[in-house]
Amino acid sequence: MSSSDTVVGGASAEPQPSKIDKSGFNKQRRYFLIGASATVGAVGVVGAAVPFVASWQPSAKARALGAPVTLDISKLRPGEMLGPTPAWRGQPIFVLNREEPAIEELKAPNPNLADPDSENPEMQPDYAQNPWRSRRPEIGVYVGICTHLGCSPKYFGEVQPEPFDPNWQGGFFCPCHGSRFDLAGRVVKGVPAPDNLRVPPYRFVSDTVIVIGEETA
Amino acid sequence: MAEIQEKPAGRPDKGLLGVLNWFDERFPLMETWNYHMARYWAPKNFNFWYYFGVLSMVVLVIQLLTGVWLTMNYVPSGEGAFASVEYIMRDVEYGWLLRYLHSTGASAFFIVVYLHMFRGMMYGSYRKPRELLWLIGMAIFVALMAEGFFGYLLPWGNMSYWGAQVIVSLVGAIPVIGPDLMEWVRGDFLMSGITLNRFFALHVIALPLVLVMLVFVHVVALHHVGSNNPDGVEIKKNKDANGIPLDGIPFHPYYTIGHDLPAIVLFLIFFCLVVFFAPEMGGYFLEKPNFEMADPLKTPDHIAPVWYYTPFYAMLRAATFPLFGIPAKFWGFVVMAGAIVLPAALPWLDRSPVKSIRYKGALSKIMLGLFVISFFVLGYLGTIAPSPVATLIAQIGTAIYFAYFVLMPWYTRVEKTKPVPDRVTG
Repeated sequence: MSSSDTVVGGASAEPQPSKIDKSGFNKQRRYFLIGASATVGAVGVVGAAVPFVASWQPSAKARALGAPVTLDISKLRPGEMLGPTPAWRGQPIFVLNREEPAIEELKAPNPNLADPDSENPEMQPDYAQNPWRSRRPEIGVYVGICTHLGCSPKYFGEVQPEPFDPNWQGGFFCPCHGSRFDLAGRVVKGVPAPDNLRVPPYRFVSDTVIVIGEETA
Repeated sequence: MAEIQEKPAGRPDKGLLGVLNWFDERFPLMETWNYHMARYWAPKNFNFWYYFGVLSMVVLVIQLLTGVWLTMNYVPSGEGAFASVEYIMRDVEYGWLLRYLHSTGASAFFIVVYLHMFRGMMYGSYRKPRELLWLIGMAIFVALMAEGFFGYLLPWGNMSYWGAQVIVSLVGAIPVIGPDLMEWVRGDFLMSGITLNRFFALHVIALPLVLVMLVFVHVVALHHVGSNNPDGVEIKKNKDANGIPLDGIPFHPYYTIGHDLPAIVLFLIFFCLVVFFAPEMGGYFLEKPNFEMADPLKTPDHIAPVWYYTPFYAMLRAATFPLFGIPAKFWGFVVMAGAIVLPAALPWLDRSPVKSIRYKGALSKIMLGLFVISFFVLGYLGTIAPSPVATLIAQIGTAIYFAYFVLMPWYTRVEKTKPVPDRVTG
C-alpha cells in the first residue's frame, strides 16, 4: 500500500484531527486524489476513444464514391420505370415516367395514405412537396429503399388486382415486410414502413438528362 | 515476497508425480483441478437437460477451430469474399468440410444454447444465489447472437447482404440520431465492402474474445455457487461430517466420463450426419439466395433470417402500428430487443416459493408451455412471407411471449405449489 496519502504521527505538520480517521488516513485528501485521478483518467479514456469511434465514419474514398450521377432518361417511355440500375451512393434509384391517368389519380385525395401531403420535410426536398412528389408531374425520382428496414421495393406499375392488394392502383410493394407505396412513393397506412420513399436531391440538365445528388449546377 | 508452495503432503517426489509437484509448487494445478473437477460436488440427480452446457462448450471449440482455419483462405473484401468462399468450397483441400462444420456449428450452437436456457427456466436455475450466473449466461447469449449476425454477412451472398441491411436499418429506427448512427455502423452510405471488413474484424477477433472470457466467468460463477438440479433443492444444505454434500458426487469422473462423454459422442454423431448429409438443412442452415453474390440493387423476393433468429424477427415484424406518436418501425426494434433481453429479468420476476417446475403450480406449467409454443410458432412465422393472417398470429404469439415474463410476478405468487423435499429425488 502506498504511504503517500497516509499521515503518520508527526510526519505531517499538525493535521486537523477531524480529517484523520481511526486508522490514521486523511480521508478528505484520499477522496480528493481518487476523484481527481478518476476524472483525469475518464477524460483520457474519452480522448483515446475518439480515433477508434471516428474510424468507423465513412472514409474519404467512400464519400468520394457518393458523388452525383448523371442519367439519360430519353428512352424512358410512359408507364415504365428505370431502375433499380442507376445507383446514387450505391442506393437503387427509381425513375418513373407516369402516364396521365396516374398523375390524375395522385392528385385525388386518398384516405389510405399515411402522409398524403408529404409533411415530413426529411423525406423530400421542398420542390417535391406536391401530389406527385417530383419536379415534374410525369417524372418521379425516388430512392428505392424501403423506409422500414431498407429492402428494395418492387415496382408494380399496372392497375390490377395483386395478391397483396385486390384494389391495387399501381405503385411499389416491398417483399420483405409487405409495405406498400403509391406511384408517388407515398406509404399506405397500416404497413410497417413509417415514411414515404425518400426523394433524392436532383435537377434537370435538359428535358432528358437528370443529375441525381445535387440540386443546383 | 515469493514463497514456494508446500507440496501436498504424502505425495512422493519421484517420477511423474515429481513433475506434478514441480508444477504445483509454482501454479495451482491440482488445486484448480480439484476445485473444478475432482472435488466439485454436483447434484447426483442430473438428467437429460444437463447435457447442453457441456455441449455448448464442445460447439464453441468446434467454431473456434474451424473458424481459425476458414480465415486462412477467406478474403474479407467486397470484391473477394464471395469468390473466396467458393474457393474454399471447391479448391481448398477439405475446405468444404471446414465450412460445413462451421455453418452447421452455428446452428448447433443455438440449438444447444436454447435447450440450455430452457433447462434453466424449467428448474429455476436463475433463482438466488444464481442470479449473476444467469446474467452472465444472458450476456453470452446476446454476444452469441451478435457473433452469428456478423458472421452471416461474411459469405457476401445476397441473403447475407440484405439480411444484414435489414438488421442494421433497425439502428436507423432510433429517433433523432438513427440515420447518422446507421452511416457510422456501415461506414458507408450503403452496406459495402467497408461494412464487411469491420464485421469480419468483430466476428473473428472482438466477439470470440468476449465470448471465451464470458464462458470462463460463467463457469467460475457456476462452481462458486454450485449447480442447481431438477428438484431445485440446494444440496449444500445437507452435508456429511467432512463438509461434502450428501446428494453430491464428484463431477469427475461421474459426470465427465459417465454422463457427458457419451452425450458428446452421441451429439457428434448427429452433428456429423447433418454436416455430411444435410449441411444446408433444406435452406434453414444455409439459405438458397445466399448462393448468389450480394447485389445492392436487388433484394431477394423473400428475406428470412437464419432459423435461430426467426422468433425475434417475427416479433419485429409484428409491430405494424404506430403508438404514442412513435412509428411502428421503432416499436418493432423495441419489441425485438425487449424479447431478447427480457429473460435477464427472470431472477426478479419469479416470486414462487419453489424453484423447479416440478413443484410449481398449474399456472406456471401452463405459462411455460404457452411460452414454448409461442416461441416455435413465432420461429415458423419468421421464416415465411408476411401476410395479414401471419401478422395477426405473430402479434398474438408476441403477446404470449411477453405475458410469460410480465405476468410472472403474479402467477408465481397466486398459484398453489407442491411441498419441496429436503433431499433430491431420483
